[in-house]
Amino acid sequence: MGFFIETLIGGLMAGMLYSLVALGFVLIFKSSGVFNFAQGAMVLFAALAMARFSEWANAALGGNSLFLANLIAFVGAGATMWLVAWVVERFVLRKLVNQEGATLLMVTLGITYVLEGVGQTIFGSEIYNIDVGMPKEPVMMFENLFEGGILINKEDFIAALIAALLVGLLTLFFQKTPVGRALRAVADDHQAALSIGIPLNRIWVIVWLVAGVVALVAGIIWGSKLGVQFSLATVALRALPVVILGGLTSVPGAIVGGLIIGVGEKLSEVYIGPMVGGGIEIWFAYVLALVVLLFRPQGLFGEKIINRV
Amino acid sequence: MLYRENGQFKTTYAADQQIFTIAQDKWFVLGIVAFAFLAVPMLADEYMFRAILIPFLILSLAALGVNLLVGYCGQITLGAGAFMAVGAYAAYNFLIRIDGMPLIGALLLGGLTSAGMGILFGIPSLRVRGLYLAVATLAAQFFCDWAFLRIKWFTNDSSSGSVSVSDLSVFGWVIDSPAEKYLFCLGFIVVFAVIAKNMTRATIGRQWMAIRDMDVAAEVIGIRPMYAKLSAFAVSSFFVGVAGALWGFVHLGSWEPAAFSVDRSFQLLFMVIIGGLGSILGSFVGAAFIVILPIFLNQFLPALGGLLGLHISTAAVSHAELIIFGSLIVFFLIVEPHGLARLWAIAKEKLRLWPFPH
Amino acid sequence: MSRKIGDVILDLQNISLRFGGVKALTDISFDIREHEVRAIIGPNGAGKSSMLNVINGVYHPQEGKIFYRGAERKKMEPHMAASTGIARTFQNIALFKGMSVLDNIMTGRTLKMKSNMLLQAMWFGPAQKEELAHRRKVEEIIDFLEIQHIRKTPVGRLPYGLQKRVDLGRALAMEPQILLLDEPMAGMNVEEKQDMCRFILDVNDQFGTTIVLIEHDMGVVMDISDRVVVLDYGKKIGDGLPDEVRSSPEVIKAYLGAGH
Repeated sequence: MGFFIETLIGGLMAGMLYSLVALGFVLIFKSSGVFNFAQGAMVLFAALAMARFSEWANAALGGNSLFLANLIAFVGAGATMWLVAWVVERFVLRKLVNQEGATLLMVTLGITYVLEGVGQTIFGSEIYNIDVGMPKEPVMMFENLFEGGILINKEDFIAALIAALLVGLLTLFFQKTPVGRALRAVADDHQAALSIGIPLNRIWVIVWLVAGVVALVAGIIWGSKLGVQFSLATVALRALPVVILGGLTSVPGAIVGGLIIGVGEKLSEVYIGPMVGGGIEIWFAYVLALVVLLFRPQGLFGEKIINRV
Repeated sequence: MLYRENGQFKTTYAADQQIFTIAQDKWFVLGIVAFAFLAVPMLADEYMFRAILIPFLILSLAALGVNLLVGYCGQITLGAGAFMAVGAYAAYNFLIRIDGMPLIGALLLGGLTSAGMGILFGIPSLRVRGLYLAVATLAAQFFCDWAFLRIKWFTNDSSSGSVSVSDLSVFGWVIDSPAEKYLFCLGFIVVFAVIAKNMTRATIGRQWMAIRDMDVAAEVIGIRPMYAKLSAFAVSSFFVGVAGALWGFVHLGSWEPAAFSVDRSFQLLFMVIIGGLGSILGSFVGAAFIVILPIFLNQFLPALGGLLGLHISTAAVSHAELIIFGSLIVFFLIVEPHGLARLWAIAKEKLRLWPFPH
Repeated sequence: MSRKIGDVILDLQNISLRFGGVKALTDISFDIREHEVRAIIGPNGAGKSSMLNVINGVYHPQEGKIFYRGAERKKMEPHMAASTGIARTFQNIALFKGMSVLDNIMTGRTLKMKSNMLLQAMWFGPAQKEELAHRRKVEEIIDFLEIQHIRKTPVGRLPYGLQKRVDLGRALAMEPQILLLDEPMAGMNVEEKQDMCRFILDVNDQFGTTIVLIEHDMGVVMDISDRVVVLDYGKKIGDGLPDEVRSSPEVIKAYLGAGH
């Protein structure tokens, strides 16, 4: 029983990170109808920027204050993501208003390659560390409840808290602020939004920036746990079933979907994996999402699609 | 001779429904095919065959298959690589497990197996569409990646996980030199291109396009969505599966599941989008573009660096390749979202009127 | 040649249709007789298009029964309705944009083409013969609608009026027994309307096709229809001969608002 709950909690923690990446997808899809495959590359890019800026700032400060160095790096990486958002809007999205979904999807694949190339050219292609002072040692909990207790990483716990906080903030942002409302209007219809005077271009920069910051947070958490390396870019592929499960347009969907997929992956790997040779995490997540799709084509929380004639 | 259709009158509907209704088009394409069969084997060197021509032909075939599904039937797939893998591994198993199985038989059976998988993974398309479907097809991709890596039966319990095929021969014709491999692939691609063209101009092709353009209206005039979509998945997967088998048997010789990874799926989708959705020609143009570009960059960038007196490391070259490749994709999609084939069509339309455009 | 209006071909009884909490149609009953021109009129949002969607199986009403040629029709998908001979055109033209006029109309023949996929792939024998036979049939429709000059044009490039005509052509290619027309004349000028009226009456006359028509232009409706159903807010408020309907106080009220 203790082991089961440990796996469960491990899954929830991993799921929180998937949620973060999925959130980036949802934000951009909601506001521009673009299915942004580059979200994974953005995580990599942001994490690379963070790791290197922190390293450089730390060296410049003489290694005296890790906190200050990290703060500078965070601001720097945030500014970098703003630059990315600006470039993407200025040179790509602006020229593709009202194109078809498939074309936009392909474009973001192109952006993925560019980001991966540029990121590694500027920041290098080694494995880097991000040290934001997260506690590494695990703690034993509920020892009196189960035999052997449950082992939990403090780091995971903090990460989950940060992710939850971010989700809360974004929900408020979308529902309560004028910018959030404008974003939702843009999502419904580009041209209609333009015609009532919503500055589409600025909105897109904002939303890509927000997605960039979400990517940055995801990158920091992930990077501090496993190191920053190229494989971070593939996290997009891990987060896709999450979005599908939760619904492409739903922020809560991204969260719940992430948790379900995180838990499902871990449990399936632990309990089914050994029977079939292991390594089933990835496709299990996809098949899980697929099964949900067959019953609810719009995902768990997506808006119902009605065909009109 | 000017590019004109003047004086080419058609007196029967049969004549009007030929593949090429303009005589110049027909002669031009026949000329290219003749050139490809007769002249190219004498002109090209081994590197040309191995690095460019054979991959180009096989990937054209796969792109053609993807185009039937994505371009003609409007169902996005990100799992084409998986169907190549199914084709390759199925053909391999047919070849080694059944005594006396002829090569072409194995290739086609590989394609048929892939078609079956296509139908299976096409079922979600009956419920979901667009991007949801695209992600659903990724399920096929990751499942196949896993299956061919972990289930040892598929790889005939090979210890390294890679499988290999040697001694290709058809009716006593031993295919071992690059030129012979090239001709073998060329034969396939010509036949399949004609088949694709025929299907797209017949009722089945119209049903696919109707589903793509307006699925509700298509259903209202009596097209069964299930039949139209699943047949598109089946035919597309058949093409892709045969291409996969050729890729394994003829191009690679021995291969691992990584040869058919999700990157391959993206690559195929790039080909049809850059080449032109819903265009047979576009599949070829797109395949040529995607095959040649990296080779070109790989040669060109160090040369350029040398010219400027810079030494460019291999890592830098590979990063620059990513950047340029990505930018070009973005660029092409912005300039001509309908693909390179559209540029060709526009040029042809202008040419028909040239030099008097009004 | 005078048309003979036959028996009831389609009988709708107590149809109710809801989307979530929204009632689109409430307890509507009317019938359609063979060979007649039956108009459905009503203000915007009255449920006219929903009614057509119920008839050809796009929407499934929660309550009510539909009898087609005397037999009760069970839950049915649009393509099954099509195979029983119900065709339709669309309010917001639903042509296949990427295809030529000819191909669009050819899709209307889908149900009648039986050759198998392999033969089509070879473009061989029966498949080719079938293709040509149907091409001939489609050319007749093209002649009938006077659109010979645009047969190879992609429909996306055509002006609105011609697109409407192609839409009709595609439905006619099915050789339907009942033809549902959803505002076939909306947005047309007088001449185009006259052409369209002529086509509709010709179809009705020459092929004996039963026509169900939604139209806003009262002049047209009164001229060409045999009987009229009036809907308002998803309810039936009138049913009868054009003249009866025109003088019904309830219908006048729905159209002009209370107080008149």
